[in-house]
Amino acid sequence: MDVRAQIAAVFHLDKCIGCHTCSIACKNIWTDRKGLEYAWWNNVETKPGTGYPTLWEDQEKYKGGWELANGELRLKLGGRVSRLINLFYNPYLPTIDDYYEPWTYRYEDLFNSPEMDVQPVARPISMITGEPIEIEAGPNWDDDLSGTPVYARNDPNLKNLSEEERQKLFEFERVVFFYVPRICNHCLNPGCVAACPAGAIYKRAEDGIVLISQEKCRAWRMCISGCPYKKVYFNWNTGKSEKCILCYPRVETGMAPACFHSCVGRIRYLGVILYDADRIEESAKKSDRDLVDAQRDIILNPFDEEVIKAAKANGIHESVIEYAQKSPVYKFVKEWKIAFPLHPEYRTMPMVFYVPPLLPIMAFRKGEIYELAKDFFSTPESVRIPVRYLSNLFTAGNEDHINYALKKMLALRLYKRAQNAKDVPEEEVKKMMQQMELTPEVAEEMYRLMSLPTFHERFVIPPSHRELSVERSADVYDTKASVGFGFRKPPQRGM
Amino acid sequence: MSWIKDIIDPKAREWEEFYRNRWQHDRVVRSTHGVNCTGGCSWGVHVKDGLITWELQMLDYPIFNKDIPPYEPRGCQRGISASWYVYSPIRVKYPYVRGKLLDFWRKAKQEQGDPVKAWASIVEDPEKRKAYQWARGKGGFRRSSWDEVLEIIASAMIYTIKKYGPDRIFGFSPIPAMSMFSFAGGSRFFSLLGGAMLSFYDWYCDLPPSHPEIWGEQTDVCESANWYESAFIAISGSNLNMTRTPDVHYVAEAKNNGTKLVVFSPDFSQVSKYADWWIPIKPGEDGAFWMAVNHVVLKEYHYERQTPYFIEYVKKYTDSPFLIVLDQKNGEIKPGRYLRANRIEKYKDVENGDWKLLVWDSSTDSPKMPNGTLGFRWGKEKGKWNLQMKDGLDGSDIDPVLTFIDNADEVLEVSFYDFAGGRTLRRGVPVKYVETTDGQKLAVATVYDLLMAQFGVDRGLPGEYPRSYDEDLPFTPAWQEKRSGISKDTCIQFAREWATTAEKTQGRCMIIVGPGLNHWYHNNLLYRSQIVTLMLTGCVGTQGGGHNHYVGQEKLAPMIPWATIAFALDWVKPPRQQNGPSWHYVHSCQWRYDDEFTKYHTTPQDSELNKGHAIDIQAKAVRLGWLPWYPQFNKSSIELAKEAQQNGAKTNEEIIQYVVRQLKEKNIRFTVEDPDAPENWPRIWVIWRGNAIGTSAKGHEFFLKHYLGTHSAAIAEEVAKGKVKEVVWRDPAPEGKMDLVVDINFRMDTSALYSDIVLPTAFWYEKNDLNSTDLHSYIHPLGAAVPPSWEAKPDWDIFKSLAKKISELAKTHLPEPVKDIVAAPLAHDTPDELAQPTIKDWAKGECEPIPGKTMPKLVVVERDYVNLYNKFISFGPVKELAGHGIKYSIEDVWEELAQKNPVEWNGQKYPSLRDAVDAANLLLATAPETCGEMAYRAFKAEEEKVGLKLTDLAEESRDVRYTFDDLVSQPRRLLTSPVWSGDMTNGKPYSPYVLNVTKLIPWRTLTGRQHFYLDHEGYIAFGENLPTYKPNPTPEQYGDIKKTSIKGKTKLVRYLTPHGKWHIHSTYMDNHRMLTLSRGMEPIWLSEEDAKELGINDNDWVELVNDNGVYVARAVVSARIPKGVCIVYHAVERTVGIPLSKTNIERGVTGKRGGMNNSVTRTKLKPVLMFGGYAQFTYAMNYWGPTGVNRDTYVYIRKYEGPVIW
Repeated sequence: MDVRAQIAAVFHLDKCIGCHTCSIACKNIWTDRKGLEYAWWNNVETKPGTGYPTLWEDQEKYKGGWELANGELRLKLGGRVSRLINLFYNPYLPTIDDYYEPWTYRYEDLFNSPEMDVQPVARPISMITGEPIEIEAGPNWDDDLSGTPVYARNDPNLKNLSEEERQKLFEFERVVFFYVPRICNHCLNPGCVAACPAGAIYKRAEDGIVLISQEKCRAWRMCISGCPYKKVYFNWNTGKSEKCILCYPRVETGMAPACFHSCVGRIRYLGVILYDADRIEESAKKSDRDLVDAQRDIILNPFDEEVIKAAKANGIHESVIEYAQKSPVYKFVKEWKIAFPLHPEYRTMPMVFYVPPLLPIMAFRKGEIYELAKDFFSTPESVRIPVRYLSNLFTAGNEDHINYALKKMLALRLYKRAQNAKDVPEEEVKKMMQQMELTPEVAEEMYRLMSLPTFHERFVIPPSHRELSVERSADVYDTKASVGFGFRKPPQRGM
Repeated sequence: MSWIKDIIDPKAREWEEFYRNRWQHDRVVRSTHGVNCTGGCSWGVHVKDGLITWELQMLDYPIFNKDIPPYEPRGCQRGISASWYVYSPIRVKYPYVRGKLLDFWRKAKQEQGDPVKAWASIVEDPEKRKAYQWARGKGGFRRSSWDEVLEIIASAMIYTIKKYGPDRIFGFSPIPAMSMFSFAGGSRFFSLLGGAMLSFYDWYCDLPPSHPEIWGEQTDVCESANWYESAFIAISGSNLNMTRTPDVHYVAEAKNNGTKLVVFSPDFSQVSKYADWWIPIKPGEDGAFWMAVNHVVLKEYHYERQTPYFIEYVKKYTDSPFLIVLDQKNGEIKPGRYLRANRIEKYKDVENGDWKLLVWDSSTDSPKMPNGTLGFRWGKEKGKWNLQMKDGLDGSDIDPVLTFIDNADEVLEVSFYDFAGGRTLRRGVPVKYVETTDGQKLAVATVYDLLMAQFGVDRGLPGEYPRSYDEDLPFTPAWQEKRSGISKDTCIQFAREWATTAEKTQGRCMIIVGPGLNHWYHNNLLYRSQIVTLMLTGCVGTQGGGHNHYVGQEKLAPMIPWATIAFALDWVKPPRQQNGPSWHYVHSCQWRYDDEFTKYHTTPQDSELNKGHAIDIQAKAVRLGWLPWYPQFNKSSIELAKEAQQNGAKTNEEIIQYVVRQLKEKNIRFTVEDPDAPENWPRIWVIWRGNAIGTSAKGHEFFLKHYLGTHSAAIAEEVAKGKVKEVVWRDPAPEGKMDLVVDINFRMDTSALYSDIVLPTAFWYEKNDLNSTDLHSYIHPLGAAVPPSWEAKPDWDIFKSLAKKISELAKTHLPEPVKDIVAAPLAHDTPDELAQPTIKDWAKGECEPIPGKTMPKLVVVERDYVNLYNKFISFGPVKELAGHGIKYSIEDVWEELAQKNPVEWNGQKYPSLRDAVDAANLLLATAPETCGEMAYRAFKAEEEKVGLKLTDLAEESRDVRYTFDDLVSQPRRLLTSPVWSGDMTNGKPYSPYVLNVTKLIPWRTLTGRQHFYLDHEGYIAFGENLPTYKPNPTPEQYGDIKKTSIKGKTKLVRYLTPHGKWHIHSTYMDNHRMLTLSRGMEPIWLSEEDAKELGINDNDWVELVNDNGVYVARAVVSARIPKGVCIVYHAVERTVGIPLSKTNIERGVTGKRGGMNNSVTRTKLKPVLMFGGYAQFTYAMNYWGPTGVNRDTYVYIRKYEGPVIW
């Protein structure tokens, strides 16, 4: 048992309001500069939809992540040799058209234009060429769109849906959408790290955050292809790749990452988990159906004495173990089993987990008249979106997991309804709760964490013990006395 | 697994400081955004190297209830992109003047020397005036200096005061709550000057007229934490994700608490995603659905089973037991007015007997006069204005009867209107007979029995009652199905689930509602149909209940001291306050394009009052004191006072008598009767904190033509000629009424682009101010993270500078104080509510003109322009504050502040108002909501009127007193106050009308209860005395498409403009972040079917066209949009990314650019909302009056063919 600590997250999609505040929090601080105009380390996608960059989930196009070849894991991009051959020509890289051509406007014309015979206007111009542009794409182009021939209908997650199911999904009385916010997953088995020829990408031992050294990066851009989530971006100005850093300067000082902090839907949770690094490879090799279970399995019980002993032996600080015991992520993923990784079939073992959304009840049309299914709350059977679609997103097609999660949340709702409005038969609720392994205690705990949590309950950020990190290369007192002095030196091309 | 770097060289990680350096910053300052979003979010503005770099939410709202989710974080995608503006290329950094005007000015100044003469020489030269007006909105700005622009503006104002009077000068700034003193600086300036402030809440169509109608309240809604207490939430016309972004988590969280969520929306809107039920009701047909819900509730929960909670509730808290006189006319019997107490022998001599009403007491089997009606509020006798069911004369208990069904004297066949069916239905109603003092025998019915009949509940009575839910008669589930498109079974199930929940939880069902409903022409009826459901099921005044209308950040919590400062009530009363909708409808000439309202508004046939043209009722409303009007008279209000004195008037009273005589003899006229005469035009307009010419201008293209005298894209035909009776028609219509338009702004928005002068204002992160909202119960500040950048100044300081300049020029031009006659309408929350028991027009000889009774109040005030500045910066000698019908002393605080922080002039010390922080501290020390002692005093005052214990609500917080610095350190929760109606003690979320229910404080209405019935003569004439359904106008009736004909593929679609995701109204619409995350513009959303039919693909350019103008944008095609509808999320700036319109070019109009969202609208006023001078139907700014509706608009949609022309 090789126990490691990993900061992991849960995004509760029923609560996501698709507001993109997270995206801008990140943009303002990290990517609002030359070279990264088009980059959104955090973005939010409407599903069904094609996302950003367009169709990123289509790994036939981009060759991201891992695949099983003869029972062995290998990058879909190819082995080391074929990657080296493609160093100077990588056909699977997204182009600027797959992202979008960043644009702005000639705002200054509103002030400066001479007196004319028509009203002046700020025309859109390309941020690349400075020339007028016809805007054809953006980082959030299919926002709130749901069904359209151009976008939603090309969503790769519609695979395995029957033609009839697809058709219905986009009929007015069945139409639906929900949001999926995405950041770097800080995977346990990251494709980007494995793909980097320069060894510039690493996973930090203390918290599992995956970083690209802005000194070592040599612009090979294999990481961009290797990441199936397309969460690495090439900075054309510095010639380095950059990606979400999980706001480590904030996390190190006990603050939630900016996108978590700013999440006004209160959908995000962050905590540390302990896992067994020895079992990553075997878990990543499981069949699609078993991937979710396998990933859950290597997350260790932080109360288990054996685990604690092994963690300590691996140098994990006692305070971090205590935080792992309080981790909300552990509860959602391991105990309640209602949060799942995004596309586990990419086999990178992502460390952001999603609670699937509850969605409205379906309806029928009788001539021109619209009639709703009679259910009081939506159930997996009466919900507008096929469970199969959700399973394609979160459980590599295993519908049992999604059904379980939706029913468990429904049981919680009925339990609370019986308590508050007293109009649900108690026996029925009890039966359902038993079925869903839900005791009143667990229900109350779930309720508390899903509805009432304070900032500190959502974000249980382990102590970073920076003094221990600093100590490995410098005197801590000297560092304290001198930190910040010096000249800023941004990374430069070819550095 | 080599990527876990156990033994990575620590040196290799030193580069990590790269990102750490970026994160490090120097300062975090608390502020927020003054943007009418209702968010009221507290933000930490991060400053690095002296520059504002980014913002993140502050999380330190005090938690007041651990069983309710906390408020953190608050803030949305718009708010977090605000920092982009500060140093962006759209920032207004310096004062600008349009070149043409600036050249005229500099030359005139040189020639004339005196600046006022210089201004006169420009505006009195028709060619020059035309030249700079035509240049408006067409570029040519030049940088100027503060000295120069202040001189131009002050000179223009002084010229206007001298030539026409101060009431030709107008200020417009909306929504004070979002930055209270940025508003108040300007409104204080205009109030001292004698100019008028325009209202906004009604003009924005955010005012729900149904709330004054039913509750006598502008708007009173719960904070979002209270949503969480609800067990059943219906959301209707409100898209919470879009518009309540920081609050919407409460509904997601409530779901886990067992709450059921139903969303009504024609499109699959963003909030529909959360719903258990999404009900895609046909646009504007919500009223039909809710009327049928009421039918089911009344039938199953009131009649077949008399649900005890519901029955007790309606008896106690609504007008349902009150008696209505049935009028017999032309062989028809119709519900008339409430039976007045003084009409029967027993009560004939009671004080205010016209305003005390009767119920039927079961124990004595006779009418009795319960406490709490309006007559008790304004009588000399105090202590009986409460909801105790006791007789106001003898104190005996009353057990009111709801229905006479079991002991009627007779069952009469009463006529009820079926407006959708165009017929009258006769339905049996049980009545009692009452003998009046004049010997008449009156048939009376209870409001409750009339409701049963109106809703068609079959109680075995004769008449045209539906005998089942399937019968197509008003208002059955089958009847609604044809209108709403929602099946009757779904409607019935909804009604049952709602009522069952309400019964089991004692009223914890709520409706969240918004502009999706409130912007329809018949918005009051739509809302009433929902509120009836709430009232019938006891869901008003409960935690977790209510009609929660969120449309605009109207809740300025510390209202009383704020209004005193903002309208300079500490120096002069009354201020001139103008209702915006009437003003714009008339002055921007939109009335000229409007037909008789009966063309699009179904009214009963049997009245004269309900026919004609809206402007005629508007003129009557001014004449009778129902609505305000400025400019007042066709003569200067200052010159008129002089004239009166020259004609022998010695006292102010005699001056007023002189004016009344002149009005009666028609020697002077209200300008509304001849609005297009040059002497009656508004002349100067100052706009700040809002987009008056831009996106809030319903009928924008008419604004451009008639206000500004510049290019316009309207092709509508004038149709009112010959149809107006009381108003002078002049040909041709005037173009360019405004001499000067000034915009104060931090960004070059549409209004700025079209103004003559643009002044740079401090950004929200560069000034100190206060913010409150209805969505939470905290008060918190805006703070200056950096000083105002470039040459910007805070609004308070801008108006202070202008006041100084006026005072300086006044030494030459207006050296002595002058008398000014102010006409003001009959006012809500004053004894004016008793002014007009019936409508009588003095101009028609039906009564005498008596100011404050049959016509507007007339008040002579003094204007001292030399001391305008001194008064601006000091709080006047007012030792008692008043508002909301309450008065309390602030003398101790006044003295304290006059000593500690004085302004001294003419030998007298006053509390300082030099800057916004001084004003904020004065406010915080004197508001019941922020000072416990003041809350105690206000409750004490309320206690005397009500006669029941109330000060217990203030005991525990009596020593609380907040200062501005306190709020900077942490937002603070407001205190429970009699100015509002919620009870926030012991950590309860604010929910409106809880104090009315628990403390028996009356609503500020005629009956003191919530009104099912509205007995104003005008409401009876329009058939809106009972809650009802009126069909929405068809496009042909509405008259927006008379002249529009388009060749090629086109389609007429409904034009819906809900609030958008990427802007707050027009703010942020031009923000680079928002434009990047959207489609680089505000597109036009279309259904797949319509797009296919028109050959339009996603992202194609399209045009929306009607007689009013054109909007050009790209299309978004989505299956979530219903057929026959297009959505443009309002609001749009025409400054960014809008090409020329091919339609405009084809039509040969002067305005070629492709407009914006209000280019295709034109407002129409609903006449019933003009009635006034009666109980809750009396005027207060932003409380009463017609609203600027725009939802009934239709447009042709066409593809923009060929290359885009910029």
